[in-house]
Amino acid sequence: MQPNEGATLWARLSGAGPLSGRHLWGAERGVALAELARKSALGGRLEAFRGRSVLLAMKDQLSAALAMIELDGVARRIVLCPPDLQAAHVPGVMALAEVDAIVSDRDASEEGTPAVQVFASCTPELKPVAVERAGSLPTEWILLTSGTTGAPKLVQHTLATLTGPIKPAAVPADPPLWSTFYDIRRYGGLQILLRALLGGGSLVLSQAGDATGEFLARAAARGVSHLLGTPTHWWLALTGGSFHGLAPRYVRLSGETADQAILDRLRAAFPGVPVVHAFASTEAGVAFEIPDGLAGFPASLIGREGAEVELKVEDGTLRIRSPRIAERYLGTETLAGSDGFVDTRDLVELQGERYFFAGRKDGVINVGGQKIHPEEVEAVIDSHPAVRKSLVRARKNPITGAIVVAEVVLAEGADARDANAAQLKQEILQLCRDTLPRHKVPAMVQFVPSLAVTPAGKIARRNA
Amino acid sequence: MSVRTTVLAQFTQVAKEQKRQLAPLNDGLALLDTGLDSLCFAILVSRLEDALGVDPFSTAEESAIPVTVGEFVKFYEDAAK
Repeated sequence: MQPNEGATLWARLSGAGPLSGRHLWGAERGVALAELARKSALGGRLEAFRGRSVLLAMKDQLSAALAMIELDGVARRIVLCPPDLQAAHVPGVMALAEVDAIVSDRDASEEGTPAVQVFASCTPELKPVAVERAGSLPTEWILLTSGTTGAPKLVQHTLATLTGPIKPAAVPADPPLWSTFYDIRRYGGLQILLRALLGGGSLVLSQAGDATGEFLARAAARGVSHLLGTPTHWWLALTGGSFHGLAPRYVRLSGETADQAILDRLRAAFPGVPVVHAFASTEAGVAFEIPDGLAGFPASLIGREGAEVELKVEDGTLRIRSPRIAERYLGTETLAGSDGFVDTRDLVELQGERYFFAGRKDGVINVGGQKIHPEEVEAVIDSHPAVRKSLVRARKNPITGAIVVAEVVLAEGADARDANAAQLKQEILQLCRDTLPRHKVPAMVQFVPSLAVTPAGKIARRNA
Repeated sequence: MSVRTTVLAQFTQVAKEQKRQLAPLNDGLALLDTGLDSLCFAILVSRLEDALGVDPFSTAEESAIPVTVGEFVKFYEDAAK
């Protein structure tokens, strides 16, 4: 039991040292945390959300952060919609999470807004209202993660599981100014928001559509000291050369495998600065942080009984048990095995004294931190009348770790000669572009005579 | 086709496919200002590996990461030698 466990986010953040001088910075404006003691972003409608399952559906990350702070302890559930959630999946998410209230930065009268009992807009323009921040409900935090069919899976956390990796410490004399390329509606980004709030610091938020250069310039101008990104984000930042004047004291990578090349590049770019890579998943939480500047993780982390985070390797995949893992999936699927371990489905290989990640057991493709189930893309390709069967797999890529490529067996009679082949490829790609988010669209399509089959009669999934 | 022509043609092709507004390319233009994002660059690098048979991002050990379009072209010209 950690101190304050069970207390609300507001109680914990206001208990983490004085609020003065602390801010959440959006692209356009900032909000002083101290103002939240007597003002609200919800226009005085906080009470209407008491005990409700609240969908946070906003474009703006700053508004989302404010709503999270205000609603923890008040709402029964906070359901976090990531910015790329497809509209078609919203009704399913709402039904599964029993949503009866929405907070949004759009207008309730806008077309396509689902009907619910309570709808409030939330903006960073705080309004002075009598707010008594006396929430006491153990709010469930629902995060969305990718599922095989394309419909998201709903992962239930609590503030306690989410903040498990954040150790209470005295606020340093120069509190951290955090920032992340990530979105705070996803596990990795949410970790950084919570670290900033509970560690006595402040946060500079990114914004959807920000070019990397713009974001880095904004972060540098505010004097960001702690910065988190995926290896992909960092590769792109490296092409900025000077990092736009950014001078961090702490550099963190997560979301995809950090290889030695990116770690070396970052250590060279920021001499003397700790470059830490972490492994986390929405379901299993943060499993470990590796500060030694080397890729992979020490084999000594496996099998430490009684450790806060226990790791084991079974059937080649990494399994995790800790107080940081999510409580369950909403719906019928089970999250952890009967022994309490979550199977990450990430394959690991022992080389000497270290384990290295070696792709995914289920063929899931990680493109710059975004996970893609090949089955979802294959279903789209296979719906083209000229296609008999397709195989979607990862192709190794130095920028995003992997990209999506497809091998396609055409139906009998389909004409794949020269001009026709090019035309068919275009049709297949157009079909994908019309139905899938862009990171799921294959970067290359290749026609093949047949697909490899395993002895069990399944299509052989092999990922680079 | 020269390495330069191949590289520049792929910039245009990937931008078109990904519906990105490509800035007018010149050697001094910063890669971050081309209008391409990380997914575009990822696709670009894989296409160029197929077209030119080299992937300098994976093989370059010590050399500096290119910052401008001109450096990017040279990165590939050097690797393809």
